[in-house]
Amino acid sequence: MEGLLHFGQTALGMIRDVLPIAAILIGFQLFILRRPIHNPMRVGVGLIMVLLGLALFLEGLELALFPLGRLMANQLTAPSFLFGPGADAVAAFEWSDYLWVYLFAGAIGFATTVAEPALIAVSIKANQVSGGTITVNGLRFAVAVGVALGVSLGAFRIVTGTPLHWYIITGYVVVIFQTAIAPRAIIPLAYDSGGVTTSTVTVPLVAALGLGLAETIPGRSALLDGFGLIAFASLFPMITVMAYAQISEWRTRRARAQQR
Amino acid sequence: MTKLLLQFLRSLRQSFQDLLPIILVISFFQIVVLQQPVPQFGQILVGGVMVLLGLSLFVQGLQLALFPLGEEMAYNFVRKGNLWLLLLFAFTLGFGTTVAEPALIAIAGEASIIAAEGGVIENVEAARESYATGLRLVVALAVGIALLVGVIRILKGWPVQYLIIGGYIGVVIMTAFAPKEIIGIAYDSGGVTTSTVTVPLVAALGIGLAGSIRGRDPLIDGFGLIAFASLTPMIFVMAYGMFF
Repeated sequence: MEGLLHFGQTALGMIRDVLPIAAILIGFQLFILRRPIHNPMRVGVGLIMVLLGLALFLEGLELALFPLGRLMANQLTAPSFLFGPGADAVAAFEWSDYLWVYLFAGAIGFATTVAEPALIAVSIKANQVSGGTITVNGLRFAVAVGVALGVSLGAFRIVTGTPLHWYIITGYVVVIFQTAIAPRAIIPLAYDSGGVTTSTVTVPLVAALGLGLAETIPGRSALLDGFGLIAFASLFPMITVMAYAQISEWRTRRARAQQR
Repeated sequence: MTKLLLQFLRSLRQSFQDLLPIILVISFFQIVVLQQPVPQFGQILVGGVMVLLGLSLFVQGLQLALFPLGEEMAYNFVRKGNLWLLLLFAFTLGFGTTVAEPALIAIAGEASIIAAEGGVIENVEAARESYATGLRLVVALAVGIALLVGVIRILKGWPVQYLIIGGYIGVVIMTAFAPKEIIGIAYDSGGVTTSTVTVPLVAALGIGLAGSIRGRDPLIDGFGLIAFASLTPMIFVMAYGMFF
């Protein structure tokens, strides 16, 4: 009963979030474009499905994934796990003491990105628009690998305490270099995929990991170091998506050369 | 009816595949690495089923409503041929969807606490609130302007990389001058503005525009709006931190 009430609250919250969007769309369509909405029944049913789906999705995440993910992030960064039972504070440590943390960061970054609804939406569109040359799963895989690399490198940065901006600036230089040589058609999509990855599923878990790390390692501040992980997660997908296009172009060229 | 049901079952299976990596990662770390039992297994199972159903419904609804709606509106704007109305629409969509974004409200609240503790503003309720509201308006303005510029870019057919790389150079320069406390928040606010409902709509709008204008390629010109929307807030938030 309590769960049902909570779900009702989530659904209400969802409606409140979507109301301004719906008002803008309907307002412009009816009063400025002065056109009736095409197939209003279908659009109405679809909108309700989107709303209900998102409410269920978020509520389910809150029940199943987030508490467990946060708990695991805390356990993995706890001194008693890293340095054996009895250790309750981090004293001297090497970056290599945190290997499981990097691995977890990468794995959870990859897995949550694959399930990210906004990325699924963009992949479906990219697949339609490219006439099938960009596959839905290929793009999602490329983005997920990027997030995985980004988040585990971000965890490494928090552990070592190296400055955030050197990593980010180096990343941008790589992006600029790749932009010059990657196939032209992939570039806008690659830039977009940086923005869509950091959404409903990935952010809460990645943020929990970053805060867990920053709180247990001496000399790190949760405010200054905990935040940077998201920036990593939106930078690296650009690099991997362009790399994905470069690799598939290279493979088609090689296949063609072999045929001759 | 059976066709619809079959389609839904297929989409359920697809959603299950999408969620499988999370299940594998969590169980591997929980059982092999941490060697701890999974707490509250029943609750997790219920939540999992809800996530599965929710994702399937969302993806189906996307194809039924959000994609066609976004594309149709883009097409109608092009047919109407009024540039100012299109730009007004782009700005309103960006501003309106961002100002009410819950993730942004949360971040703005946190940022005001940081600013108060850092002595940037007075540590009283009213000052914090006005700082948070100001931050929200600035980010919403940034996203509105991003969509506006992005739409002009589609109409003109400018290559996306010059604008984006120029923007990132701006971010790097601003980072050097902005107060240290605001940088993390600025970088994060770029990511949170693009929500799950806005992304498909904005993507469909861009692709619809590029598709209805002759000489524009949907793949090259249609994408890129989301990249703008996650870039401009970083610059605007850092500027906000410098001047307030």
